[in-house]
Amino acid sequence: MATDAINYYRNNFLKEVEANVEEGHWVKMCMQCGVCAGSCPLGNAWEHTPQKIFMMIRAGKRDEVLASDAMWMCTSCYNCIARCPRELPITHIMHGLANYAHRLGLAPKNQPTRKFAILFWNNLTKKGRVNELKLGIALYFMNGLVNGIKVAIKAMPLGMSMMKTKRLSPMEILGGHGIKDTSGFHAILKKAREIEDAKMTKFD
Amino acid sequence: MCDVLDIKLNTIPDWNCCAASIGYAEGGELPRLALSARNMALSEQASPGQDIVATCAACWLATRETKERLNADEELMKETNEALAAGGLSVKADQNVRHMAEVLIEDFGFDELGKHVKKPLDGIKIAGYVGCQTNRPFGIDGESFENPKYLDKLVETMGAEPIENYDKKVSCCGGALAFSEPEKSQALIKDIIEAAYDGGADMIVTPCPVCQLNVEAYQNDINAKYKTKFNMPVVYYSTLMSVAYGKDRKQSGLDGQIITPKQLEEIAK
Ligand code: SF4
Ligand code: SF4
Repeated sequence: MATDAINYYRNNFLKEVEANVEEGHWVKMCMQCGVCAGSCPLGNAWEHTPQKIFMMIRAGKRDEVLASDAMWMCTSCYNCIARCPRELPITHIMHGLANYAHRLGLAPKNQPTRKFAILFWNNLTKKGRVNELKLGIALYFMNGLVNGIKVAIKAMPLGMSMMKTKRLSPMEILGGHGIKDTSGFHAILKKAREIEDAKMTKFD
Repeated sequence: MCDVLDIKLNTIPDWNCCAASIGYAEGGELPRLALSARNMALSEQASPGQDIVATCAACWLATRETKERLNADEELMKETNEALAAGGLSVKADQNVRHMAEVLIEDFGFDELGKHVKKPLDGIKIAGYVGCQTNRPFGIDGESFENPKYLDKLVETMGAEPIENYDKKVSCCGGALAFSEPEKSQALIKDIIEAAYDGGADMIVTPCPVCQLNVEAYQNDINAKYKTKFNMPVVYYSTLMSVAYGKDRKQSGLDGQIITPKQLEEIAK
């Protein structure tokens, strides 16, 4: 009975995270020791460290958490996972939160890593492999045309030297590079998406 | 390198990209795992019972993570197979998923790797930069997360000299955020290069292709921003080994370098 009462009073956002976010059921295990916060390579750029995010989830700060750009600053270095005394899969929870916020349309609109991740996914899922040159061009234009040209000019020497060393093949732009069974590949991804969407619990 | 050691790698037929660590945003959980599961399914079909060996840290991580998640979670296994069935495939996830560095160290060992050295890399000082994902969360068996030694041992085995106490050995280069957060990532990369210079290194060697690219390619930008004069070659470990094994410039991949490692070019000539 006592546990029922506790469950009842546990706020809804924690339940939502547990139900809908990858590895979200781990959040309640965090003991707020701060080790992860001190381990993040871009730690000084984060508004909310993983420790803070987990605390905010427990405090029910739904809007603040989902709109935070903190999750998007994760470089996937796995430092936190290696060190967390409670063995939380922190990296995956941060990725899961980012994905969840993105799917609800609540992620920060101009977050550059979000944009990059979308370009990358779209580029890759089209043909099963990443076409670096197309991705590169899309990237230059990610921030709109004017800014895109500025970024493109700045990044030129790199693109050129990569071209020279044959790491970017100009043939790629003609679409030489992809898997054979694209229809099977697309069917798999579509089905996976359907299964995942069907599992989503509604919380508003 | 593989032909000297007689390692035969079969390419997974019709492999797809694993989405690395940036697939989460649009891909979520199941579609992302399905990417790696498809590769495993194809590999199980074509090479049953063989190990899957990845040369890229991110591919290795994504595939191994998928394998472990599927084995630990029946429901996820079921859902993944449901998705794969839509493309006529199924997965058991029963192959070992290994990093090339594991194969070299565990199956060959440093003694064996040393036997094939034809041109020891005498007098070259090297900062062994292990980076993140080769090291965490799985790492190489028996090595610590904070100070793994295998890369230094490999450098030594090739006749070169590993620099001591390289304190950025396992730091992060920013990974995919080098594209989306260039300034923040370049600050990380700057520290990695600076520490190599501080230790007296002639070049950096790394087992990770993402690190290799990030640390080598942005030195011009970093120089412009921080008024530094970095010109530090960054080579992939297989390039280093190939040169020591007597391969020429092209076979070793030296023609793919943006910053020329002059000492290696000399030896490979
Ligand atoms: S290291 Fe683990 S337990 Fe400590 S604050 Fe971070 S998530 Fe919580
Ligand atoms: S994996 Fe992400 S959250 Fe964890 S320490 Fe690295 S950047 Fe921070």
